Amino acid sequence: MQIAVCIKQVPGTTEVEIDKETGVLKREGVDSKMNPYDLYAVETALKIKEQTGATVQVVSMGPPQSSVIIQEAFMMGADGGALLTDRKFAGADVLATSYTLSQGLRKLGDFDLIICGKQTTDGDTAQVGPELAEFLNIPHVAYVRRILEVKDHSIIVEMDMTTTVETVEVLFPCLITVEKEIYQPRLPSFKLKLQTRDRAIPFYGLADFADKDERNYGLNGSPTRVLRIFTPEANADRELWKGTSDELAKKLAAKIHELKLLQED
Amino acid sequence: MAKIVINQDLITNPDDLIKICPFGAIEYDNNYLSINAACKMCNLCVKKGPEGIFTCVEEQVEQIDKSLWRGITVYVDHTHGHIHPVTYELIGKAKELAAKINHPVYCLFAGHKITETAHKLLAYGVDEVFLYDDSELQDFRIEPYTAVFEDFINNHKPSIILVGSTNVGRSLAPRVAARFGTGLTADCTVLDVAEDTDLAQIRPAFGGNIMAHIYTPNHRPQFATVRYKVFSAPEKISQPTGKLTPCNLSAQALQSRITVLALKNKEKVRSIEDAEVLIVAGKAIKNQKELDMVTKLADLLGGMVAVTRPLIESGLADARLQIGLSGRTVKPKLLITCGVSGAIQFVAGMDKADVIVAINKDEHAPIFNIAHYGIIGDIFEIIPQLTENLENIHQV
Repeated sequence: MQIAVCIKQVPGTTEVEIDKETGVLKREGVDSKMNPYDLYAVETALKIKEQTGATVQVVSMGPPQSSVIIQEAFMMGADGGALLTDRKFAGADVLATSYTLSQGLRKLGDFDLIICGKQTTDGDTAQVGPELAEFLNIPHVAYVRRILEVKDHSIIVEMDMTTTVETVEVLFPCLITVEKEIYQPRLPSFKLKLQTRDRAIPFYGLADFADKDERNYGLNGSPTRVLRIFTPEANADRELWKGTSDELAKKLAAKIHELKLLQED
Repeated sequence: MAKIVINQDLITNPDDLIKICPFGAIEYDNNYLSINAACKMCNLCVKKGPEGIFTCVEEQVEQIDKSLWRGITVYVDHTHGHIHPVTYELIGKAKELAAKINHPVYCLFAGHKITETAHKLLAYGVDEVFLYDDSELQDFRIEPYTAVFEDFINNHKPSIILVGSTNVGRSLAPRVAARFGTGLTADCTVLDVAEDTDLAQIRPAFGGNIMAHIYTPNHRPQFATVRYKVFSAPEKISQPTGKLTPCNLSAQALQSRITVLALKNKEKVRSIEDAEVLIVAGKAIKNQKELDMVTKLADLLGGMVAVTRPLIESGLADARLQIGLSGRTVKPKLLITCGVSGAIQFVAGMDKADVIVAINKDEHAPIFNIAHYGIIGDIFEIIPQLTENLENIHQV
């Protein structure tokens, strides 16, 4: 059984500001890390590997330095991986990103199961998994919270539909996106770090893909455009209170009373 | 082809130029300045860089005829005919947008034995409900539901499609958008429409305290997902004039590689979306004892405790209590934040609350930009005293 896990490098913090004077985004001293939700996807693949002897490959798209997260997946137990990196992938929105990943996965091999985290912490869109499945022409189940059984030709999973839970059996090949509650991700192991530190991580670019048409990648392959970015408007109708804690507590109690939000007995 | 072109001859101070890019996409190597794959084509370097160094070069592509695409469609989110209320909120927004560009409002409703329920939608002023009623659509499975969407779009060519950001909506909308090779913007917090029918999709972006106005200039249909409780449901109308249009798909088109084995209801828990009063514990709350202090206040006000992402990461609270883009969106009557800085990923999930009170020590915390009542002070002093004061008022 062949499993692929899609992972992404994201900024280590979400506190990004616009410099008020220059209007430029400030990202100084911002660390990068593997998208936290992807750790659950890697863990899910490794659990299945333990059960079935599957092979686990990780794939990511990003600048060359983001290959560190592939190494991190090796330290957790992934068997191989590749980074999709090319200047021509720059400016990709969800559609172009998903398409690039689909081309990369086709390049890497035939997979029975593809696992994605439910979303990233930098984009928070949760769209790449389903779009990728569409480009690979395979079924997908999103928001998987439990894997009940892995069979030879199918997998039985529970999909979280907020107020209900749907249990479904999906034939391979298929794609799932997993929730945080699925398994607790393991920590990277020092032993595996030593064992895998020389493992090569191939970089694939547009020239390696079956579809080499530049118009399908990066900004050119992106139907959406960012028209402008701006800091949210401050709420104009607001008050700022200062004083001693005692005064402030009294003032707030009076305000809550005035708003008639105190529960009647 | 769009790309950033750099005029190397004008470069005098490469280190300053590199700093312009928030994504680290400008590289200087071997006396040569270049753009790497981290580029998001935000054009900041073009706008903020010295005149002439950075230029965005975009080749002209053939423009589509937008007038061929008409109508604003709301996808009816439901489980076995129980319509999710986000659907009505989206109908309200669709009517508002449709009035600006004189388009009809459609609903797309797929399921089994749903015809009777479909009549309810007309009461909200929908012009036409397209109904796919088939036993194969009894439960949500991605391929048959995508096939329905595909059939509907091919036959009716709607300009805009709004889908609720439920787990089903967030699974289905991207799949359909990819099938049509068109754009989709997730979790929009503001929607508007231009005269040329371009949908203004505004949402927090790049994971930071920044909003982005995103649009889809040359593709149709335009897709946006919106969370529950971001918009308001419209008033019902007394004399609905809309109609129901039954549609059919062949059994072949509804085939699936997914078999539904069971559907069960999740244990009903009180959710923060339904609470009228929310007390939000932020990063400043570090342990159970401090959380208890917040809980006591919430109990007194008949409300619930909600939290920000750090408390989920530290394991102090259940993920269902999280407000924000990676959590829930709430719209209570009163929301008091305790030691919350106000990152936009959080704010996007609560800025529609009727009354927002923020307590924070740092007077520069961004939360004060959106709070109706900003209180600069120490939560560990103010909250216990407030609780005591409220108990006293209570007893009078």
